[in-house]
Amino acid sequence: MNEIDLTLLEPVLQTYGPQGRTALLPALHAAQDLYGYLPEPVAEAVARALHVPLADVHGVIEFYAMFYPQKVAQTVLHVCNDPACGMAGADALFKNLTSRVELNLDAPSGTSVTVERAPCLGLCEHAPALMVQGAQVAQADRRSYEDLVRGRLPRPRTLVGGDIAILTANCGKNRPTTLEEYTQSGGYSGLRRALQSSPAEIIAEVKASGLVGRGGAAFPTGLKWEGAANASGDPKYVVCNADEAEPGTFKDRVLMENDPHRILEGLLICAYAVGASYGYWYIRGEYTAQMEIVTHAVEEARQAGILGGSVLGSPFHFDMEIRRGAGAYICGEETALFESIEGKRGFPRIKPPFPTTHGLFGRPTVINNVETLANLPYILAHGAAQYRQMGTEKSPGPKLFCLSGDVVRPGLYEVPFGVTFDHLLNDLAGGVRGGELKAALFGGAAGAFATPQHLGVRLTFEDLRAAGLPLGSGVITVFNQHRDLRDVLLRLGHFFADESCGKCYPCQLGTQRQYEILQRVAAGSPLPEDVARLQDVGWTMTDASLCGLGQTAASAVLSAMRHWPELFVPAAQSAPQAQV
Amino acid sequence: MSESISLTINGQPVTVPAGTTLLKAAEQAGISIPTICYHDYCTANGLCRLCVVEVEGSRTLVASCVAKAAPNMQVQTHSERVLRARRTVLEMLEASVDLSEAPEIQAFSQELNADPQRFPDAEKRQPPVVDDNPMYVRDYAKCVLCWRCVQVCAEDAQYTFAINFTGRGFETQIGTFFEKPLPDTSCVFCGQCVGVCPTNALKPKRQWLMEQGYSTDEIMDMTRTERRRRKRAPLSAE
Ligand SMILES: Cc1cc2nc3c(=O)[nH]c(=O)nc-3n(C[C@H](O)[C@H](O)[C@H](O)COP(=O)(O)O)c2cc1C
Ligand code: SF4
Ligand code: SF4
Ligand code: FES
Repeated sequence: MNEIDLTLLEPVLQTYGPQGRTALLPALHAAQDLYGYLPEPVAEAVARALHVPLADVHGVIEFYAMFYPQKVAQTVLHVCNDPACGMAGADALFKNLTSRVELNLDAPSGTSVTVERAPCLGLCEHAPALMVQGAQVAQADRRSYEDLVRGRLPRPRTLVGGDIAILTANCGKNRPTTLEEYTQSGGYSGLRRALQSSPAEIIAEVKASGLVGRGGAAFPTGLKWEGAANASGDPKYVVCNADEAEPGTFKDRVLMENDPHRILEGLLICAYAVGASYGYWYIRGEYTAQMEIVTHAVEEARQAGILGGSVLGSPFHFDMEIRRGAGAYICGEETALFESIEGKRGFPRIKPPFPTTHGLFGRPTVINNVETLANLPYILAHGAAQYRQMGTEKSPGPKLFCLSGDVVRPGLYEVPFGVTFDHLLNDLAGGVRGGELKAALFGGAAGAFATPQHLGVRLTFEDLRAAGLPLGSGVITVFNQHRDLRDVLLRLGHFFADESCGKCYPCQLGTQRQYEILQRVAAGSPLPEDVARLQDVGWTMTDASLCGLGQTAASAVLSAMRHWPELFVPAAQSAPQAQV
Repeated sequence: MSESISLTINGQPVTVPAGTTLLKAAEQAGISIPTICYHDYCTANGLCRLCVVEVEGSRTLVASCVAKAAPNMQVQTHSERVLRARRTVLEMLEASVDLSEAPEIQAFSQELNADPQRFPDAEKRQPPVVDDNPMYVRDYAKCVLCWRCVQVCAEDAQYTFAINFTGRGFETQIGTFFEKPLPDTSCVFCGQCVGVCPTNALKPKRQWLMEQGYSTDEIMDMTRTERRRRKRAPLSAE
């Protein structure tokens, strides 16, 4: 092994050491940027400077997929392995790239390359996607190997459409909206109005708007804020959840790269309403370009007096920092995200207590999704009544949908709640590509399948619930009739087995057992009792897991078993349509 | 909050002090709920989910070792839904871990009619035995990830922080900093972890050697020299 020069690390230790354990992920990221991986002496130096036990630091490095305890190639190509990219030829891309790579760890700079499979990169509308040294690459099958390895590639373009443009008003320029542009288009007027009202009035307005969370759990936002506002504890925190990693979801990425100030304004409104003085914006580790854009926007806001000791000249003071995830889907779960900010493995906590009373650092905390926060400037600037003009009585407002897979125009679509699936798919996204509609996965990996009979379903919380479909985070992955859904299920099974945190037995063991059975199913050779096994495993995960990951890890599989039981019997016995 | 709470468990009224877990409330009512990860002297984390019960109005089952009794709660500790979850967890565990020295877990399996062969061709966790110190051996093929050893080594007792986790999900394992041998870690060989391990994954070295067929004298000899070598090591390093 080469000698490790620890003097390089000094500035990192000086910056992060005084902050203690909470700075563990930032310190490890900074250290890995210097050395390319996290060698033992580096991990030890970080542990000592931050006063974290050595074993704990190692436990953290081991938990997050983007931290490397061993030396890796200078260039790592991460090829997305999840359904949308899988359908667009990710396997062939992976094979092709692998065959081009000669792994040679000790070769001079720029020559060592490895190819790895990655979970959904949040670039589903650009399938097949990959990431090279943090740079996002669209339609990677159309790039030459040389360009990929050199990272000389254009940034993916934003694909937005829809019936309305409230949340996406400033999206589509293919560059971030500046503070000046945002302010000129009416930005930060919602915050100004908020600062002239009492926190209680704002909470009342948000409640009246009927806004519910867009992160997947659909919890009423005003109610959540009220809980934290009424909780005792100081300081209080607000957190923007930008850990977007649900396979098929890319809406938060598009919002961040196009219009970061809208989200920041939402976060500030939230902070003022609940009485929080500090905030965090937690962005998934794979979104490096978006992280830069958000960092720049936050800096702009701080320069302009929108963040800091006196927000927009008012007595309200608020500041915040941006945190980078490190490759763990589970850290999108709110309590796992707190653990991650606190410098720990992303293990979800037992609830209750809930974040509104015992959140980040044990203090009252509001955590909201990026899209949820992006609704607030409009609500505050135009009032709840006007907001409710969009959508239905029970599902007011605009909604973003992420369409990918076999669809003519994949992308992000903004519609009022209440349009039909048919309208979204056929009128807006140009219909199914390559054949007839066979199925659509609603809600991502944690979701359930819709079939052509659901085309008339209106996209609202109430209609989808009645149809047994989750809205989740607004993912719709489309499959034409030529697709083998067993391959899709296999990818989902792999995703959950990879991403389970391992804390509770039903999910730690169940995601593995489920994946093993799905491998047999995908190969067309399930064992006689596999249907019963999948059901027992599935229901046990759903019913007995500690957190939402395990509770939804069998959702798509169970839904496929209801729609297409023939997929789960040995190939010889299965119905013809299953053999495509 | 009132001092005592009344609830019903399996139709039977029970009154317990506020803050009592459902596990303890059931115990008070003479109802026994199986547990693996729970230990009276360790922080309860709700890991194994063997203790799950059905609470009216709750979407999912709840872990009784951590859920607190609430007024008028209606609890079922042995409903079909509960038994299915317990049985499946045990079957999946049997397929993953060597439970040959965990008689208590085996007894639960029998009671619940869990089939240890339910999952054919399942991957087992089978890391090699770690024999790196004179005090105890670590056979993580028997580890059920109850977290007790990690917790007593940390804030639950000893504050030594010698062990933590490696990997995640099914691949999770208990380990040291960069897999170093225990004598090179902060471990003080207090033996607390060995004491709380429910499956014999952690075992006194002498017991282990005895099981391998060594005589008492041989064992004394082997472990004594090992200890001396340890003591000398820092000096000769100078
Ligand atoms: C496994 C898992 C992953 C999640 N990932 C995200 C995520 O990436 N982004 C998000 O906003 N919420 C995610 N959530 C939901 C959060 O726990 C939380 O409900 C949400 O951030 C609350 O914000 P909202 O009320 O604005 O929706 C996830 C939940 C689970 C169980
Ligand atoms: S359900 Fe899965 S992800 Fe959630 S705590 Fe359990 S093991 Fe971890
Ligand atoms: S080694 Fe023993 S005490 Fe430690 S987690 Fe495994 S089973 Fe529990
Ligand atoms: S005893 Fe409650 S989860 Fe293990």
